[in-house]
Amino acid sequence: MGIDLLTVFYIAASVTFILGLKMLSNPATARRGNLIAAGGMTLAIIGTIFLYKNEGSPLHNLGWIFLGIFIGGLIGTMTARKVKMTAMPEMVSLFNGMGGACAALISLLEFEHLFEANRSEGLSSFSGLVQPGFYLTIVTGVIIGTVSFAGSIIAWGKLSGNVKDIVFRGQHLTNILFLALVLAAAIYTYQTDLDEAHIYFFITAGLAFFYGILFVLPIGGADMPVVISLLNSFTGVAAACGGFLYNNKAMLTGGILVGSAGTLLTIMMCKAMNRSLLNVLIGSFGASASSSAENMEQGSYKSISLSDAAMVMAYSQKVLIVPGYGLAVAQAQYACHELEKLLTEKGVDVKYAIHPVAGRMPGHMNVLLAEADVSYDLLLEMEQANEEFPATDVVLVLGANDVVNPAAKKDPSSPIYGMPILDVELAKTCIVNKRSMKPGYAGIENALFFQPRTSMLFGDAKKVLQNLIGEIRVL
Amino acid sequence: MSQILHWVSDNQQILYIVILMIFLGVEVIGRVPAVLHTPLMSGANAIHGVVIIGAIIVMGKADQGNFLALGLGFLAVILGTINVVGGFVVTDRMLEMFKKKT
Repeated sequence: MGIDLLTVFYIAASVTFILGLKMLSNPATARRGNLIAAGGMTLAIIGTIFLYKNEGSPLHNLGWIFLGIFIGGLIGTMTARKVKMTAMPEMVSLFNGMGGACAALISLLEFEHLFEANRSEGLSSFSGLVQPGFYLTIVTGVIIGTVSFAGSIIAWGKLSGNVKDIVFRGQHLTNILFLALVLAAAIYTYQTDLDEAHIYFFITAGLAFFYGILFVLPIGGADMPVVISLLNSFTGVAAACGGFLYNNKAMLTGGILVGSAGTLLTIMMCKAMNRSLLNVLIGSFGASASSSAENMEQGSYKSISLSDAAMVMAYSQKVLIVPGYGLAVAQAQYACHELEKLLTEKGVDVKYAIHPVAGRMPGHMNVLLAEADVSYDLLLEMEQANEEFPATDVVLVLGANDVVNPAAKKDPSSPIYGMPILDVELAKTCIVNKRSMKPGYAGIENALFFQPRTSMLFGDAKKVLQNLIGEIRVL
Repeated sequence: MSQILHWVSDNQQILYIVILMIFLGVEVIGRVPAVLHTPLMSGANAIHGVVIIGAIIVMGKADQGNFLALGLGFLAVILGTINVVGGFVVTDRMLEMFKKKT
């Protein structure tokens, strides 16, 4: 009877995962969708603890299991509650890494289990007792889980600025070689005699770990969201391998669902940036960009003083704010909202133009502005914004660079050529706030800064906004 | 070859699930607006935390004397729970901000 009830729990959980994902892709139902999936997960976990039967006997070590869940739950809740919204991408990456590590550990322990079983039977190699399909699931779980873990940690390090991009000659070849080594070690493990197999299994896991690191290292910071999304779907597959092992349908459906939805999401993110997935993975972004930046003619730019900028904005009819990565880094979303309120009080029509990949991840900017209480209907999507630019008096670009770079339209040799951009140059004036003239995230010069209608307003986004607010108040 | 065919027919139920889930996953998020990419990724991240079930099973069948299995299983339970709980909480925090406006 117990097992039957558990099956019902698992089916319910699978349904909530599907429903949850479905609802998450619609703004009106997203939050409920997340809660529903969480409810299903709780059901599956509790059901497993109390109802799961291993060869007829219930699970033991319950004390340890509860302690583990308590510790993990505490750490998870605390970090998730405390993390700043700007640091969200690296947080997701870190959580993803934990899941990957968990999947890898499960497969590792199942291997150990198998190893002991084989040894007590006196068999000489794995191929004797274990079906290739079963071994394949275990080894895939270990490899993908480990790659996902190592890669997520590197991605986290890159986004939080602890790990720099490392590019060296022959990197792609090295990576491919490493991947081949991982696969070779995995195959050798299956064929060789038992004691050696034990060692080679760990070598496989170790190699996979290094491959995970090497895989993410050359990829530029701007592409990290795509990588995180990809690793996210990897972990889904690793979790599904666990589902295979235990013939557990909840793990299987949850894992595969995330694996496939995650892959699609990765491709959609690439599309929003007009990059192919292959291009991202080869990670040639930084390398090719530096050469074209050198060739670019450096014109002269003009800068604008704070009081002039304040004046121009306060006496215009229509202002569009283009927030970007720099705004997120400077935590300036609150100051930005304040400026918007102040200008609106003065009778200026203020709206935001949001590029799909503004911020650090697609949709990240919407989250940040929502956090600062910016009204949802002030946010214009790219197409709407591009229609309004010609009728706009002032565009204020806050820490955005690549998403307003006209090279994406005009310069076929530019690495961002073809990416849809916000046509800020159509507005009457354009004030660009940046910390310095340094090229942006993708390392590309921006011709916008040298155009006659553009003025530069240097400084940290938050400080500049606060000063602007002060200036406008006294006008 | 016959080994592979055997394996396929032994596991046909699971293989059916895998195939259907792949299509379902694509179908379900097919029309998500860019605004929701980040929360969706985060939510999906929490859902693959279902791997915690595996960790619980591994932990629950480990023998009392097997310290390797106990230790690593315990670690797996902790990591899996962080993934699940952290993932759902972070997603909820993100979506909470959207909700106020609508």
